[in-house]
Amino acid sequence: MAKELKLMKGNQAIAEAAIRCGCDGYFGYPITPQSEVLEHLMAERPYLKTGMVVLQAESELASINMVYAGASTGKRVMTSSSSPGFSLMQEGLSYIAGAELPALCVNVVRGGPGLGTIQPSQSDYFQTTKGGGHGDYRLITLAPSSVQEMYDFVELGFDLAFKYRNPVAILSDGVIGQVMEKVMIDDYKPRWTNEYIEEHCPWAATGHRAGKKSTIVTSLELDSLKQEGVNERIQAKYRKCEAEDARHEAIQCDDAEYIFVAYGSAARICMKAVELARAEGIKVGLVRPITLWPFPKKAVAEIGGRMKKILCVEMSAGQMIEDVKLAVECKVPTIHYGRYGGVIPTPVEIFEALKNMIK
Amino acid sequence: MTEEIIIAGFGGQGVLSMGKILAYAGIMQDKEVSWLPSYGPEMRGGTSNVTVILSDERICSPYLNQFDTAIILNQQSMDKFESAVKPGGLLIYDPNGITNHPTRKDISIYQVAAADKASELGISKLFNMIILGGFLAVKPLVTPEMLHKGLEKSLPERHHHLIPKNEEAVEIGKGLLKPYNVL
Repeated sequence: MAKELKLMKGNQAIAEAAIRCGCDGYFGYPITPQSEVLEHLMAERPYLKTGMVVLQAESELASINMVYAGASTGKRVMTSSSSPGFSLMQEGLSYIAGAELPALCVNVVRGGPGLGTIQPSQSDYFQTTKGGGHGDYRLITLAPSSVQEMYDFVELGFDLAFKYRNPVAILSDGVIGQVMEKVMIDDYKPRWTNEYIEEHCPWAATGHRAGKKSTIVTSLELDSLKQEGVNERIQAKYRKCEAEDARHEAIQCDDAEYIFVAYGSAARICMKAVELARAEGIKVGLVRPITLWPFPKKAVAEIGGRMKKILCVEMSAGQMIEDVKLAVECKVPTIHYGRYGGVIPTPVEIFEALKNMIK
Repeated sequence: MTEEIIIAGFGGQGVLSMGKILAYAGIMQDKEVSWLPSYGPEMRGGTSNVTVILSDERICSPYLNQFDTAIILNQQSMDKFESAVKPGGLLIYDPNGITNHPTRKDISIYQVAAADKASELGISKLFNMIILGGFLAVKPLVTPEMLHKGLEKSLPERHHHLIPKNEEAVEIGKGLLKPYNVL
């Protein structure tokens, strides 16, 4: 068996992908609308199949610190949560970034602020892409807009996390978490062996033995000059990541006079709005950032620069629009349309917003 | 071909599973599919709905506010979704418990008296499959063979002996379909 077609919820796809791509451990605490991640992992009992550990921690604070510990040993570990739970993890994420460790965290966003609502939202863009914890760090952020991408981005997330030794976030939302779509799943990949980790991850704490240099994993460096050096090293990684790993998708942009810029579920709704607008002869396209950090600046600048106007559609009060404006250096009028607090904009509503912008 | 469907009723009527069976049957027929439930507190004893899309192309938005077909199973859903059917679209409903019948003249409307039939035959759990049969009689989007495969995929193996009964219920639904004329 090589590949298999399944009908799955986005949340289940995250869990299934983790098992099949050789994830070593998941630590999480349930919260709507992403509880199916932990449910699916528990039901599948991967510890019997691949040896993957699944543990329901006592809180989100415990989850992220278990991830910190697991990552310190070179294991491929992850957690998932939704907005209020993800807020609780920010300190841990800052430590993981500071200690330069790979880890994957999934945020299936719900409306805020505070406990907010359990309905979908995209209001955690700032928190995720600008650094929700303290210090000069970034989360590499992937924004899936389909169940297949929920599946694919787990392995991609681990690859990027290990490439840069930095935490990676999958920023999803209640729509993509709850929707069921076709997903092509892979065969089980074996987990890394301890020998492989020792060979490929010299930074990992794999146990002190005769002849082996000890490894210390920490985010603390009291000598300011040395800490500046740590920061310079981290920033150099971020510049490399910006140059090599910004991703986007452009849909019907070639002849477009206007574009939507939208990610995740909002991008899917905009695809429908493109269809509605094109049926009435309005030349509109869609640029969908796939990585939110690094933001696909070059693509948005290049495509957006040709447009008369840009409509940035988000399920928030306007967060990504700041990156869009920076990308086009405010040379192209850029307008925001958003619904928030758990309300999902309809395709017709976005089409109307486009018409309002044009006239 | 793209068919955008809303199925809406009470939690427990089998709204979500009907959508899931339809989606699985669509996959078997090589279609792109999307199944988006309402989720949250409204599902526990209250109303429940699911948006199902079957298409030959990549599906744009899984979230919609206009539908080719609305399958409506209670009054609250009628109040909410009758107006969401596209002009020229289809509305199928079970008249059981409906006090305000649909009034639109620009769409096709059919009744499937599934609740009465299901209780008469003592197969109340197959209510949703009777409704599905009514829908497939108007729009045969998936073949009986693919529906069979869809049932195999969506039901756990311990329930596979019930597949023939599900298929019988679909056939019963096809026979119950009755056009409804708005006066």
